[in-house]
Amino acid sequence: MDIITCKNITVYNERTKALDGVSFSVQKGEFLTIVGENGAGKSTLARIILGINPPDEGDVLIDERLRGKIGYLPQQSSAQRDFPASVYEVVLSGNIGSVGFIPFYSRAAKARARSNMELLGISAISQKSYRALSGGQQQRVLLARALCAADEVLLLDEPTAGLDPLVTKELYTTVRHLCDEHGMTVIMVSHDIPAAMKYSDRILHLATSVKFMGTPKEYEKTPLGMSFGTEGADV
Amino acid sequence: MFDIFSYSFMQYALIVGVLVSLCAALLGVLLVLRRYSMIGDGLSHVGFGALSVAYALSMAPMALAVPVVVVSAFILLGMSESKKIKGDSAIAVLSSSALAIGVVANSIAGGSASDLGGYLFGSILTLKKSDVILSAVLSLVVILLFVLFKNRIFAVTFDMPFAKSAGVHVKVYNMLLALLIALTVVVGMQIVGTMLISSLIIFPALSAMQIADSFKGVIILSAVISIFSFVVGLLVSLTLPAGAMIVLCNLAVLLVCTVIGKIIKR
Repeated sequence: MDIITCKNITVYNERTKALDGVSFSVQKGEFLTIVGENGAGKSTLARIILGINPPDEGDVLIDERLRGKIGYLPQQSSAQRDFPASVYEVVLSGNIGSVGFIPFYSRAAKARARSNMELLGISAISQKSYRALSGGQQQRVLLARALCAADEVLLLDEPTAGLDPLVTKELYTTVRHLCDEHGMTVIMVSHDIPAAMKYSDRILHLATSVKFMGTPKEYEKTPLGMSFGTEGADV
Repeated sequence: MFDIFSYSFMQYALIVGVLVSLCAALLGVLLVLRRYSMIGDGLSHVGFGALSVAYALSMAPMALAVPVVVVSAFILLGMSESKKIKGDSAIAVLSSSALAIGVVANSIAGGSASDLGGYLFGSILTLKKSDVILSAVLSLVVILLFVLFKNRIFAVTFDMPFAKSAGVHVKVYNMLLALLIALTVVVGMQIVGTMLISSLIIFPALSAMQIADSFKGVIILSAVISIFSFVVGLLVSLTLPAGAMIVLCNLAVLLVCTVIGKIIKR
């Protein structure tokens, strides 16, 4: 079942096109990785799927109940890395989309934050300061926050940037687990093609337009994916 | 020592000072965390320019300064998000242009306006009842918004893209922040002057961040530090310039907090 469909998405960037006629669908429960070089339009596409920026042309067809309920893990800013906030405060803020104008988080929201911290193994550090954590722990916290916002779909924008190989592997395993055991649909933006081939169900290779869309096995046979055999994946 | 508060000008100074310090501290946390520290400084220069022009044209100073500073705040906070002109250069352009306009206007007007000196270095002991009312209303609004929207404020300050994706109206929040900061700067200019107002915004937040580890902790500690520094600075100033003494008090607290922060994090 398709839960998100992008139709002919085009975005103009000054004189050039950032995205050019991008069409694809995301199926329920799959792990889709969007790969491509820097400047290929990956993050732009992510923001369009989330509804943060509208496309200049084309449409995003998305189930109404999913609007504002896609758990987003954006790329970290430098200001964020040393932000004085407790882990619990950050995870709890994932519920922001569902509070309305009530000034406090409901008991359900707090329970949700706690269970997602449990799921990602960060309950023990819930009172620790976010800025004191390692890069990998910070990403786990942000993933827990994204889960608070998400009912079914996660969108992760380069979650492994700046992480060492071991921590990167742990994160991919966790995301795969969320997909397999918790029925999450995952859209990940990444430039790590070997890892994408190893862990994801389908790959979308983006270079302003869609260059490839299909399974890792099929990708391997194309000139684009040829150089990245799954055997050679180092994570 | 507390006899001095029997004078009404001292009472006004204390009330307005505490309230404005509180506003500056709360809003300052948001600015510092978003790396917009220099916006307060830029706005104070714009305020100076506007006041000078108001004197030159013999207009009511606040009637011109408030709208000009509010508009500038919208422009600066908006620019920081667009990529064409970097936020920091935008602040530099705006603040030095405003200073230049102020100096020229002041010179055309005769250049000896003693009231202008008050705005440069603060005139906390010459506050009027209207200042008390204005600062009371302002701080009430700021505190109320902080209590009602604390979750939203945290979400937007910590991560704007995430907040947007969750459907928070980030633009409205940014406009509100710009408005409140502009008003705080204009009111605060009378306490420590245009040259020093940015310190009321930045110092307490920075001090609190050295020690507190949670967002809530930083907010509360920043408010406490700000009020403490103001009251102590005012009391010890005696014959010295009160505005400058308040800033020095803030500096002393920042140094102490930095040392404490280094020790407890070791």
